[in-house]
Amino acid sequence: MRQFALYIVLIFTAGWATAFETEDFARFGPSDSQTVLKIVSTADIRFFEPMIASFLAAQPGTAIDYTVVSSTELQKAIVEEGAAFDIAISSAMDLQTKLANDGWVQRYEIRSIDALPDWAVWNDMLFAFTQEPAAIVVSKSGLGNLPIPRDRHDLINLLRQHPDVFRGRVGTYDVRQSGLGYLFATQDTRASETYWRLTEVMGALEAQLYCCSSDMIEAVKTGELLIAYNVLASYAFNREDRDDFAIILPSDFTTVMLRTAMIPRNSQSSELAGLFVDHLMIRSHGSEFKLLTHPALNLNQIEVALNRIRIGPGLLVYLDQLKKRAFLSEWENAIVQN
Amino acid sequence: MSTPVAHGSIRRRLLLSLLVSAAVLAVVVYFMVQSVARQVAQESQDNVLAASALSILDSARFSGGQINVDLPYSALSMLDSISDERVFYAIQLGDEFLSGYQNLPSPESTPGGGPAFLSAEFLGEEVRIASVQRRVSTDIGQSFLQVSVAQTLSGQKQALARISRTSMGIGAGFFAISVLLATIVARSTIRPLDRLTASVSRRGPKDLRPVAAPVPTEMVPLVTSLNSLMRRLQHSLMRSEDFIAEAAHRVRTPLAVVRTKAEIVQRKSDDPETRAALKEMIHAIDDSSRTAGQLLDHAMVTFRLDHLLREEVSLLRMVHDTVERLRPVSDLKDIDIDATGTEDIIIDGDPILLQNALHNLLDNAVKYAPSGAQITVSLTQREGAASISITDTGLGFPEAELDHLTERFSRGANAQNIVGSGLGLTIVKEVVEAHGGKMQIGNNTGGGACVSLLFTLS
Repeated sequence: MRQFALYIVLIFTAGWATAFETEDFARFGPSDSQTVLKIVSTADIRFFEPMIASFLAAQPGTAIDYTVVSSTELQKAIVEEGAAFDIAISSAMDLQTKLANDGWVQRYEIRSIDALPDWAVWNDMLFAFTQEPAAIVVSKSGLGNLPIPRDRHDLINLLRQHPDVFRGRVGTYDVRQSGLGYLFATQDTRASETYWRLTEVMGALEAQLYCCSSDMIEAVKTGELLIAYNVLASYAFNREDRDDFAIILPSDFTTVMLRTAMIPRNSQSSELAGLFVDHLMIRSHGSEFKLLTHPALNLNQIEVALNRIRIGPGLLVYLDQLKKRAFLSEWENAIVQN
Repeated sequence: MSTPVAHGSIRRRLLLSLLVSAAVLAVVVYFMVQSVARQVAQESQDNVLAASALSILDSARFSGGQINVDLPYSALSMLDSISDERVFYAIQLGDEFLSGYQNLPSPESTPGGGPAFLSAEFLGEEVRIASVQRRVSTDIGQSFLQVSVAQTLSGQKQALARISRTSMGIGAGFFAISVLLATIVARSTIRPLDRLTASVSRRGPKDLRPVAAPVPTEMVPLVTSLNSLMRRLQHSLMRSEDFIAEAAHRVRTPLAVVRTKAEIVQRKSDDPETRAALKEMIHAIDDSSRTAGQLLDHAMVTFRLDHLLREEVSLLRMVHDTVERLRPVSDLKDIDIDATGTEDIIIDGDPILLQNALHNLLDNAVKYAPSGAQITVSLTQREGAASISITDTGLGFPEAELDHLTERFSRGANAQNIVGSGLGLTIVKEVVEAHGGKMQIGNNTGGGACVSLLFTLS
């Protein structure tokens, strides 16, 4: 199947550097190709590779430049620097929504797909192709005989009853640094007041703060942490050693993030970008395979209250500077107690 | 008769003008429905925008001289709940911009302090903006806190497209119903005219009675003129019939006197030349006298046809009576008249006219048949019709003239030396047709004439 040459060029050299920070870069397809689709994404290359491979198989002669950046850098690249990308993919739904709302995005009518859910497309601008729940990841060995919590109440009780065990060994997102952490936190507060109680309990236990899900999972793996809260379940499921963890989708409510793609306004080859979006949506919502999901992580079969974050202008609310300032100060009061 | 020159059609003109006005109304309906719907859609969008802006305004709190706006999640998410919309907002305290989209245009505030609205373009798309404000007191004195919320129009456009289709449907439906009604109206308007035409053309050739059936007001002058025309026509016809009858009557009496005198002179005269001349004279007088008689007959028939009697007539008796009445004349010429038929047939009609017609036929037969000829009168019933056939063994009709024999004053080419007016067959034909029957003229295969009178039996 793979009739294309795969070139990976890691960009650590400063010569190519632009003002926004890239974390990784790869080129797929023929190196001398004239038709190049430039993708900027927050997802790791290894997650996206199968999707790119199947697209290039259907479009021979095309090449894809894949640039990995953080969600805030993606925002910066498009808004401040006007970088000419053809596809922008991000897990930061609120920032993606703001880009679309503020007119940085082209409209595109995707090819009709049977049973495409309503939530998957917003305004012909944003296209959601994954559903990624936020989970509680627990170290099985570290917990010993203690019961594995099923929901936030269990977690609060567990932490309160065994403060000595968990002091300094619970972790969560630093919402000041991480866009995704901020998104999960704000959606949690919308769903229930228990988030604040949990945050205060974690603050009292000198919770560790992290920038990203993978770091938290790694910390649980090394035994640095016993429990990590609001971790992307897909990252944990996709690890080889996933059996070392208990990955819990809280049964009171599970916040689900949608990874979205869009075609920036200044895309140089928007037609090709449209084809890619079609491909992405058919592959993700069709029956073939689902990106960034594990067979064990079938949301349709899990009996928990799914709190799927709805794409729409509501997401702009927590980006409002007054609102954000107020939220962060409240959060800091809760988590940083000493 | 010349065909009238047709110019236009009332029905078509009526239909056309109805359809044109229906089309105009349909278009008006389309635009009215659309404009009302547009207004309603605009108002509902404005209401939602105003509600959103007010909920943001309500969330503003002052603490420690600082303003704190806790943007409600629903304030923005509600604007996107039905259709995907881009949403913008701006919060301003006096001239100081607090949060949101700094360049969002804001509408002129209304004098009453209620929500103000504006349609504008923002970030490349058409938006509708609602703005509300309230007076607040801050550290530096009185000021206004203003909240503007804007929304793109994709939902409204969808709604308008839907409404446009609906109003198009309403307009088309309206037009379709109008077409149906217009057709019915045009037809019913024309109907009295059709009825008048039918009633006039259904009339017999002699029927000159005035039209009595009620007609619409607009047609009264036409019918009045028609009636007056028919009255004058009838009057003039009657006058000429009267005149002919009067003239015939006046001629007949002096002719009888002249004939008597001529016979006396003939009998007295011994000069063969004088006798021959007188014989020719008598012959000519008979001819004239008979013509006058038939003219009288014809006038009588015409009069009676106008007021046709309907009573039961026994055809068998009529045949026998007529035959017996002509017997003296036929005997003179040594002609045998034989009446066949035993079964009586009764028809409705005027006995005097019918007898006159039969008498005319038989008289003709006796007159034109040579001496020693045989005349047969047969009364039969066949195929729902009563038939009286008169056949003779005479010369028969000239084949070439069969079609013209019933015209007035037309006589067969082989009858020039026999006294006759040419009115006989005309009278017979008119009588028979007035009774709803018909006359057939022809020749027997073995020679001799054959005339049949057929009366349809009810």
